[in-house]
Amino acid sequence: MSTDAVAAIPGDTLRERVVDDLRAAIGDALIDSFVRPGDDVWVRVRTDAWRSAGLALRTLGFDYFCFLSAIDWMPSPFGKGEDDPTAPAPERNDTIAQGYAGGDTRLQVLARLVHPALHVGVNVKCDVPDTDPVVESWISVFAGANWHERETHEMFGIGFAGHPDLRNMYLPSDFEGHPLRKDFPLLARVVKPWPGIVDVEPLPGGSDNEEGDAE
Amino acid sequence: MTSTESLIDRRQLSYIAAQAADARLNVELETEGMTLNIGPQHPATHGTLRIIARLDGEQVVWAEPSCGYMHRGYEKLTEVRTYPQVTALVNRIDWLGSFANEVPFILAAEKLMEIEAPPRAQWIRTILFELSRIANVSLFLGDLGVQLGAITPVFMAFRDREYVLNLIEGATGGRFHPNFDRIGGLKDDLPAGFVDETRVVMKKLRNFCDEMERLLFGNEIFQSRTRGIGVIPRDVAMQYGLSGANLRASGVDWDLRRDQTLPMAWNKVDWKVWTHPDGDSFARCWVRLQEVRESTRIVDQLLDNIPAGPVMAKVPRIIKVPEGEAWVSTENPLGEMGYYLVSKGDLGPFRTKIRSASFNNISIVPWVLKGVYVPDIITILASLYFILGDIDR
Repeated sequence: MSTDAVAAIPGDTLRERVVDDLRAAIGDALIDSFVRPGDDVWVRVRTDAWRSAGLALRTLGFDYFCFLSAIDWMPSPFGKGEDDPTAPAPERNDTIAQGYAGGDTRLQVLARLVHPALHVGVNVKCDVPDTDPVVESWISVFAGANWHERETHEMFGIGFAGHPDLRNMYLPSDFEGHPLRKDFPLLARVVKPWPGIVDVEPLPGGSDNEEGDAE
Repeated sequence: MTSTESLIDRRQLSYIAAQAADARLNVELETEGMTLNIGPQHPATHGTLRIIARLDGEQVVWAEPSCGYMHRGYEKLTEVRTYPQVTALVNRIDWLGSFANEVPFILAAEKLMEIEAPPRAQWIRTILFELSRIANVSLFLGDLGVQLGAITPVFMAFRDREYVLNLIEGATGGRFHPNFDRIGGLKDDLPAGFVDETRVVMKKLRNFCDEMERLLFGNEIFQSRTRGIGVIPRDVAMQYGLSGANLRASGVDWDLRRDQTLPMAWNKVDWKVWTHPDGDSFARCWVRLQEVRESTRIVDQLLDNIPAGPVMAKVPRIIKVPEGEAWVSTENPLGEMGYYLVSKGDLGPFRTKIRSASFNNISIVPWVLKGVYVPDIITILASLYFILGDIDR
């Protein structure tokens, strides 16, 4: 992105003020924050303050509900399904590393709200307990969260306390498992080996530059 | 333009109608309700959306869309693809404006890689983006007529959309799924003769808009079927995350092309964001009509001064995106389309949240259909304008 200094400085204070305002509103329920100058804001709130954080942000003027979803930070135990089935299973890194604004749990709920006048967005995250993956529902704050929470419940198995109707949106009601969790295999890649394994073409123009970090 | 007072009247009327529909279930005169299935195979649903509506007489008491007939699991599939491969997938989200789907994803990857496409590529991207908008929304304008019982507009829309699709095909090689955007630029430069041909087509499209305005928007039947139908007030629209013309038709002056800094060429030209205070079906259709006009203006101005130079920045042959998270959204034909991209420094995304416009736009259907009459269901669905692939992803 263009990071010319003139634009970055007002953007900076603008976005840092958002974090300060939120901290003033919900206190130590705001655990961590991250600001990328001129771009975006990430905040992480305590699980029990999920709904009040949404409410506080709405009061601060962030009343445009963009989306709500979740992230499973566990690395996929299946890789990309591109491994040669005849070769021994490769070593996989299984450390869970959360992204911006940190975290302690494997699953995190993520929502984005936008201030329609300032044109500043906030990505709000909160940890979801591993044993009892339930957070408060945002329906009473943003009516539009309804479908997003249904989708997140279906795809990640995260419950939303206070949601009236967590039916599946896409899958049959007797579907087992939560497809967007990393430990849910992508069956198309498991049943049949990826044809790319046997079908490797040499790159045009010789073998230089192959490592990808040449430039 | 209608004054604010009559808007309030209309809102009150629709509120009263909704209250009446609720109350009627409880009075002794209650008729036996009926459940009406619209779809999954209904011409008004642009695909396989199914609306389950419970009726009391002619009024809808409760309605609920049933999605999932076209769920393809793109968010999961991106996790096993490399970055350049993902554009082929996201092309199929909103299939009428495919090129516009690629752009925010590529921009998100570029943001994490901290590279920027050369100016010429930004210009051509913007031109193709606006051409996809014209192709998409002109079909909406024709289709709108069909849904309200007017057959002629759709033929005109298909005729004129064809010119735009030919342009897109000429530049990218694909009519519907260009797959033309690359990290760092574009696959190719514009073909010879593209600029002159596009000017001619833009003129035709402006004529098409004028024709539509006279034929359809000035029509008394059209007006009486759309004005005051399906009113969405501003605060409700914001809560549900409506975007694009649906939000602007509720009086919110918000266009992501103007209101954010993206490495695209929109802020280099002069154009206008149209809003409408009414929030009804007519307003939504009217705003879209104006948007097509503005798009032709944007394209015309961009054609005047395409910068020279390469269309591709220097990028490594094997693309690895550095670790980080990025959100990029653009003003797509249907509304705000964004990607929340999480990278772990790998060849492919770790997680991609696809925020598509229609998903939010349609989630308001249970609210807005409450209390309306059966023929208005079709009007409201048509004016909200959704593409099934954009809901289910």
